[in-house]
Amino acid sequence: MLTKRIIACLDVDGGRVVKGVQFENLRDAGDPAELAKAHSESGADEIVLLDISAAHERRTTLLDTVRRAAAQLFIPFTVGGGIRCLDDAASVFAAGADKISINSAALADPSLITLIAQRFGSQAVVVAIDAKRDTNGSGWKAFTRGGRTGTGRDAVVWAQEAEDRGAGEILLTSMDRDGTASGFDCELTRAVAGSVRIPVIASGGAGGAQHFEEVFRDGSADAALAASIFHYGLTSLGDLKQELRVHGIPVRWPC
Amino acid sequence: MIAIVDYGAGNLVSVKKAVEWLGRECAITSDPAEVARATSIILPGVGHFASTAAIQKAGLRDVISDAIGRDVPFLGICVGMQWMFEGSQESPETAGLGLLRGECERFPESVKSPHVGWNELDVTEYSLLFHGVKSAPFVYFTHSFRAPANGTTVAYCEYGGRFSAAVERDRVFGVQFHPEKSGEIGLQVLRNFCSL
Repeated sequence: MLTKRIIACLDVDGGRVVKGVQFENLRDAGDPAELAKAHSESGADEIVLLDISAAHERRTTLLDTVRRAAAQLFIPFTVGGGIRCLDDAASVFAAGADKISINSAALADPSLITLIAQRFGSQAVVVAIDAKRDTNGSGWKAFTRGGRTGTGRDAVVWAQEAEDRGAGEILLTSMDRDGTASGFDCELTRAVAGSVRIPVIASGGAGGAQHFEEVFRDGSADAALAASIFHYGLTSLGDLKQELRVHGIPVRWPC
Repeated sequence: MIAIVDYGAGNLVSVKKAVEWLGRECAITSDPAEVARATSIILPGVGHFASTAAIQKAGLRDVISDAIGRDVPFLGICVGMQWMFEGSQESPETAGLGLLRGECERFPESVKSPHVGWNELDVTEYSLLFHGVKSAPFVYFTHSFRAPANGTTVAYCEYGGRFSAAVERDRVFGVQFHPEKSGEIGLQVLRNFCSL
């Protein structure tokens, strides 16, 4: 049976892993290459490295960090942050990434999705959507540039367009839940997962095993991503997977 | 030297990195002469079946066919495995190598497609590729079309029905999953192939 994926995310700034609460108050959590390997060994099904400073500081992704992290990683490895064109993507792939994640650049120019997918395959293109519940309560809107700028675009409609243009997966972050440890936004995840055929990775709000169970069961997520709960050892990946198994969620175990 | 055949379909860095991790010499190449000299051949592939038309255009089809005839170990990965069959519904006008019988097909509507993630394998006892791998291993897949099960299938996977996750015939091998992305199990599969 196809298992639900648990993805460990490394938010990287200046070559170090950091994790903020709602994108602010960053705290140093270590070396990306070391953490990637440690997470892989403890049972992560995939690693996502997001250069969170790149989009708004207009820096290129930390290719050296990618290279070091990829060197000892034999599970899927996604890199995002600051990829604005086909050449940016190509250099990230050359450094050892298996997939790239694009957010702001795809919203600014959706044809970029198709361009990268045609060259590297749809399986290599993850479109990241930072979604925030609309102030009037109906639906969610997509934000760009690390959550700073509203686009006015409906998150579900944008996910469908991304799929049509060749995205292989959607990485869906609830900005309302991100960093709160209060649980994934199951309603948002279900709305997007029910509208596309490609896998949806739920992100934002993981605080404990029950949150993963909820988002897989009620949110129809194919994968769920978390950062800080793994880095700071609040939840071990092994314990998380064991608990999910007990509750009947199919996971890769033992790894 | 192990040749990792580059026919312009996707990113071959991960495959190379995994083979090098196992301490084997390899090179990414699209040069028919280099492929002809290789001690083993790996044919990766991602994306659309139509991309395999480039294998023929680059003059690599006959070289690979000839190498297989000389018992040079061959491993097709993902679309590279699908190419070993007669063809694929994904691109009916593109001929496969036809080494294995059958045509690759779409997943049924009842399941999400592409099939992305870690799925369990049902491995037959006599597989060389899975030597030393514990039973019911999990491996990483990402594909929209699948190869039919046939007499050469050595590992089955279940997703909207059973399909061929790995095939073996003499020194010819194919895996639908990505051994370079399947953790320790994937490395063991590659190690087994590279040790032939």
